[in-house]
Amino acid sequence: MHIYVLLKQTFDTEEKIVIENGAVSDDGVKFVINPYDEYAVEEALQQRDSHGGKVTVLSVGPGRSAEALRQALAMGADEAVLISDERIAADEGAAAAALEAFLSSQPFDLLLGGNFSVDSGGGQVAVRLASRLGIPHAASITSLEISGSGAVVKRDAEGDTETLELSLPALFTAQQGLNEPRYPSLPNIMKAKKKPFQTLTLDDLGLAEAPPLTERVSIALPPERGAGQILKGAPAEQAAKLVELLRTEAKAI
Amino acid sequence: MSNPILVIAEVRGGKLRQVSLEALQAARIAAGENAEISSVIIGSGITALAGELAGYTGGKVYAVDHPDLASYNAPAYLQAVKGIVLELQPNRVFLGHTAEGRDLAPQIAALIGAGQISDVIAIEPGEQYKRPIYAGKAFEEKRFLSSSGVVTVRPNNIPPASAADSPGEVVDREYAPPGDLRSIVRDVVRKAGGKVDLAEAKIVISGGRGVKSADGFRPLEELADVLGAAVGASRGACDAGYCDYALQIGQTGKVVTPEVYIACGISGAIQHLAGMSQSRVIIAVNKDPEAPIFKVADYGIVGDLFEVVPLLTAEFRKVLA
Repeated sequence: MHIYVLLKQTFDTEEKIVIENGAVSDDGVKFVINPYDEYAVEEALQQRDSHGGKVTVLSVGPGRSAEALRQALAMGADEAVLISDERIAADEGAAAAALEAFLSSQPFDLLLGGNFSVDSGGGQVAVRLASRLGIPHAASITSLEISGSGAVVKRDAEGDTETLELSLPALFTAQQGLNEPRYPSLPNIMKAKKKPFQTLTLDDLGLAEAPPLTERVSIALPPERGAGQILKGAPAEQAAKLVELLRTEAKAI
Repeated sequence: MSNPILVIAEVRGGKLRQVSLEALQAARIAAGENAEISSVIIGSGITALAGELAGYTGGKVYAVDHPDLASYNAPAYLQAVKGIVLELQPNRVFLGHTAEGRDLAPQIAALIGAGQISDVIAIEPGEQYKRPIYAGKAFEEKRFLSSSGVVTVRPNNIPPASAADSPGEVVDREYAPPGDLRSIVRDVVRKAGGKVDLAEAKIVISGGRGVKSADGFRPLEELADVLGAAVGASRGACDAGYCDYALQIGQTGKVVTPEVYIACGISGAIQHLAGMSQSRVIIAVNKDPEAPIFKVADYGIVGDLFEVVPLLTAEFRKVLA
């Protein structure tokens, strides 16, 4: 079974956002595998280990994304492919087009990705890609069982749990709770350095361009939230005061 | 912008979802008050709901009513809207940024080669769509470069549409199940009855490591019952196994923007603050007066949540009785 994992490198979620010259500054920022994609990597490794086959991690992004792919190789993935080209704009449609161009010439049984990325958070690329490739998908899965040419998944839909049956090849996006991602061991970190790693441009994919369908016009930080008031008195008095303030001052209840 | 505009409405629990009226309002803001807005409603036994929707849109409501469409299934729902979308070639398509909308929108965008702007919270002049990035640590405004565009609207941010001057016309559309359904829904287990959905809740009561155990959520649930609120949690509480990940609020997990957010025993890690700091009124209950959560709270109570929360429950019960 050949499994591809769609992976994006993102800011660590504990990073603060600084805007410089109309863009998010990545100066000194710690980068990680998008947390939802990490579940996808782990799931791919577990599926490979029970069914055999190969896991390729695949990313569209700037050169620094190589570090996230190396991390996934150190977790146990077999091969990595980075599609990196300045002509691919920061737009989900463009990313999906580049991924499609690559995957349409590859044999695969399973595509796994994250439910959404914690940076741009559009949650579109994976489903768009499945549509473009003409394969079934299920988003936000919390369990995956493969048997023969089919898969049974549980999917989280706003608290409801749906059980779906799909035929392979198919694409799934991971929700929290799917598994517990492993940490790379030192020997695996060393081994990762020798694993196949391909870097491709649009030319390699036979694409003249991957035009953006949307663009950012402006970016801003949210207004600072001033600290409010700490209520005083015995607990019962604080509770009564809070309820009163919520009704009279905040007019929220 | 030239017509047509399409809103895809959503049915949940036998009701038209509030976010669908918000998506309709977003369409009106984007296209202008006088634009004719068509809509689609998909489900099983939805005649009354289609009529209700028409009362708001004033435009054509395409109703796709079939037993196979009783609950969301990706290929079936795409099949239900496909003919309408291809026939109308809409300039814009609006949906709610819900489990269903998030899944259906990229399929429609791929179908018509449209750009998509997800999780929109406001529409600014010049048809610029405002949306959070990094879960609300920053905000961007985006516009479409493609001729057609798909928009998903975050619940609770754009006011719902008001009734139209005169109701629109309901047009029934046949549903032809796709011959080769490569994805079927075997079973749906609804979450515990009567619980308020986190994303749409007006009030959210949230617990962190300070709740100490799964049982520790009980006082929060009691308060939530009194207020008709939803219960959420921090990553700390989820990682510790006190609750299901479905409750997690933060940069991983859900982003919520309720009227009132009550954080109980949550210290306020950056990744949690990203998920809730756009709430209108924030209340923090924490033993540690130095907890970062107090820096964003409008009202803070320094104290033990197990003492304070039941007192709040009693107090709200008194005034709401």
